[in-house]
Amino acid sequence: MSDQALPAAAAQKVFGRRWPGQDMPLLVKIALLWLVAMIVIAIVAPLISPFVYTAPNLRNRLVPPGTLPHILGTDELGRDVLSRLLISIRISLLIAFGASIISAVLGTTLGFLAAYFRGLVEQIVLMLADFQASMPFLILALSVLAFFGNSLGLLIGLMGLFGWERYARISRGLAISASAQGYASACRQLGASPMRVYLRHILPNIASTLIVSMTLVFPEVILLESGLSFLGLGVQPPMTSLGNMVGYGREYITRAPWIMLSPALTIVCTTLAVSVLGDWLRDKLDPTLR
Amino acid sequence: MSTVLLRATDLSRTYGSRRGLFGAVTKVRAVNRVSFSIAAGETLGIVGESGSGKSTMGRMALGLEAPDEGQVRFAGEPMPASGSPAWRAQRARMQMIYQDPLGALDRRLPVIVQVQEPLDIHRIGDQAQRLRLAQEMLARVGLSSEQMTRYPHELSGGQRQRVVLARALMTRPDFLVCDEPVSALDVSIQAQVVNLLVDLQAEFGLAMLFISHDLRVVRQVSNRVAVMYLGDFVEEGDADDLFAAPLHPYTRALVSAAPVTKRSSGQARIVLTGEPPNPADRPGGCSFHPRCPLAIARCKQEAPVLRSVEQGFGRRVACHLVEPSSMPNSKAA
Amino acid sequence: MLRYFAIRFGRAAITIALVVTFAFVVLRLSGDPAQIILGPEAPPEAIAAFRAAWGLDDPLWLQYFHYFGAIAQGELGRSMRDGRSAIELVVERIPITLALTLPALAIKLCVGVPAGIYAALHRGSLADRMVMMLSVAGFTIPSFVLGLTLVLIFAVKLGWLPSGGQDSWRHAILPVLTLGIGGAAVLARFTRSAMLEVLGQPFIRTASAKGVPWRDVIIGHALPNAAIPTVTIIGFMIGTLIAGAVVVESVFSWPGVGRLLVVAVANRDLAVVQCILLLVAATMVSSNLIVDFLYGFLDPRLRQTVGKAA
Repeated sequence: MSDQALPAAAAQKVFGRRWPGQDMPLLVKIALLWLVAMIVIAIVAPLISPFVYTAPNLRNRLVPPGTLPHILGTDELGRDVLSRLLISIRISLLIAFGASIISAVLGTTLGFLAAYFRGLVEQIVLMLADFQASMPFLILALSVLAFFGNSLGLLIGLMGLFGWERYARISRGLAISASAQGYASACRQLGASPMRVYLRHILPNIASTLIVSMTLVFPEVILLESGLSFLGLGVQPPMTSLGNMVGYGREYITRAPWIMLSPALTIVCTTLAVSVLGDWLRDKLDPTLR
Repeated sequence: MSTVLLRATDLSRTYGSRRGLFGAVTKVRAVNRVSFSIAAGETLGIVGESGSGKSTMGRMALGLEAPDEGQVRFAGEPMPASGSPAWRAQRARMQMIYQDPLGALDRRLPVIVQVQEPLDIHRIGDQAQRLRLAQEMLARVGLSSEQMTRYPHELSGGQRQRVVLARALMTRPDFLVCDEPVSALDVSIQAQVVNLLVDLQAEFGLAMLFISHDLRVVRQVSNRVAVMYLGDFVEEGDADDLFAAPLHPYTRALVSAAPVTKRSSGQARIVLTGEPPNPADRPGGCSFHPRCPLAIARCKQEAPVLRSVEQGFGRRVACHLVEPSSMPNSKAA
Repeated sequence: MLRYFAIRFGRAAITIALVVTFAFVVLRLSGDPAQIILGPEAPPEAIAAFRAAWGLDDPLWLQYFHYFGAIAQGELGRSMRDGRSAIELVVERIPITLALTLPALAIKLCVGVPAGIYAALHRGSLADRMVMMLSVAGFTIPSFVLGLTLVLIFAVKLGWLPSGGQDSWRHAILPVLTLGIGGAAVLARFTRSAMLEVLGQPFIRTASAKGVPWRDVIIGHALPNAAIPTVTIIGFMIGTLIAGAVVVESVFSWPGVGRLLVVAVANRDLAVVQCILLLVAATMVSSNLIVDFLYGFLDPRLRQTVGKAA
């Protein structure tokens, strides 16, 4: 119980009335700033991109960066790299956020079901979690894509199956320890329905731990999506994503390395920023997590 | 006495515990064929060491745990299955007070919200009424209106236990199980909370099952007292009678060990020897015999049954050395 | 002891069964398996024969059993691209992939484990912070970015090494480095945290307080205990020897199993995809089994319970 108390109390400090801006290291501040910038870009990308990201301009092919009006240059079809980058950030973040939320909801639900029913349901959930953890997800994802073809919705759904087992394990463990003793069992004794106990009491109490887990899964989702797109099996043209840009830019690595450099850098910075923030949050909220 | 509110008949509960990952399952008999009844407005105190099965019995009395054998009847009806809608609805009539009030409260909600929650759960009154009733109850247990909006960790241990008490009383229950309600509190606070509990019991006409290892507190609160040892009732009777003249050797040892101001010179302190009781390894015969200063050969072979004895009203003792009652069928009220 | 082994084997069998079930469900959901496995140009007689052979007209549960049976006998269909047996196609790629992943594994072990131990023993030092920084980079830099960066430096700018292909040992250097650096960073981080956890345990403090030389404390007490969590991650790495180079093989046009998989997925060559999926599952499961048994030897507590149960 006491190890859940700490993150809960700490979470209140972090997310509640007192925001401790002063004890945030510089690196974490930079990471946070970068992520906020990325999210803002993702939201307003179509408004601020200087060109239409799919518009080819065959007279201006492979223009190097710094040549106005193409700040980041153009690609093999003369498309503006900056505009493509902005839209790519939007698509990649959309997939990463969508998938992270799906997997968090799915995993937490399964974890709660396992904790509530125990017995057979619990065994099945744990077996599936073992299965998922023991298979490389990229291979499973590739198999599904091979059988079903590709679309943005399928891709988000597929990525949403990534990492659920971690939420499931965590939420199951915390829910079991919470309902064995303490506030959850007290609430049950008040006559509360299981829904009320789990959603109104247990979920808010373990939310900080789940959020920390999310920051650990999120970068991996970005890497996974960009990997798939790099292989040409993720986001399909004319739509574009960060991995997709790197994949197509590879062909021009000798003549026009800038096509792949800016999306590659964006991927690295974003995953790095989430990891830095996640590490800090974990130390802050829940030192028991690995 | 008045009508029986709760009657437990031959309750038994056995836990299986496994040693290590692949070890054999050892059976632990936590409660062993225990019967008792509680009348409306009456308090039955349960005394015993840790591991004596008193908490398990409290949980069975509330229907939180189903007994392996025996039955609990509340207001004449058998206890519904734990977690069923009928059981949940019944929670409005029976409540529990916990040893650790901080653990029993949700740290992420202000206490007023939590005190109001039983009314939300059982859909009593509208929002405004619920809030007003919660405020009144918190004021009744002695919290200032400023403390009501605080979080549990911002209150003292005594205040938290008052909050738990207020929450338990919101639905005006008939029956309260208190499991070591003051043993986690500072000694100076204990008396205040116990006094509050006694006042509230009279005010609301509560029946209580009061579980504690602290004889003084039990004596102050209870009408009747039962002493548990390794899952058995070894002695039961009127609180004053029992503490004034304990009959069972174990009770005598407990009473003699309790810090009292006036110990009559004849009563020497009895120090129990031997291993503390281990419910996983119950001795044969009378389960107390390895530690009993008076044990005879018979105690090793034959387990004594709880029988009525002459001393005191409704007094029952499980000991071969205590003379049985001459009156047949004088069961506890 | 028997019970311990039985449980591990049971789990392994369940995982394999789940993978087969997964393949079966996906295959059934995606259309007529006969058409898919044999390809769209297959003559109707062949399809009819296939349907009969695989019992596709039977009820679903019977098909499910037959599917298990076929896989147990190694009947994994034919590639729709060149009509060759899928299993043959995959098996001939395995040594090509191992030519990358085995040296990479050696780099991971020889660099990652010592770096992690060193960092843990000199916690807070400059070297420790370097290792931590590099390991964070190893987590966050995708392998294709790392690979392309190496290409950009060593192939494009310096012209020392070829950027892709599989003609000589020099072609293997960059892909092996790409795989090895990323893995070493991950392993260093794991080893470091496992080591730190052990070093914080009371028995280490007791041993050093008793006057046991620090060197002996590390070798005799800390390392064996830190090995337990580290073995798990190494086991996972061994499990990915076949499947772990999908992206890197694509970056360097290395014609291994991973490249085959990507091409097969792009062409929807389902027999090949299914065959690789099962092969990967088999390697993962066997490496997990090996790790479980190693655990039994490394963890005296487990050894004790195992001994007791016997």
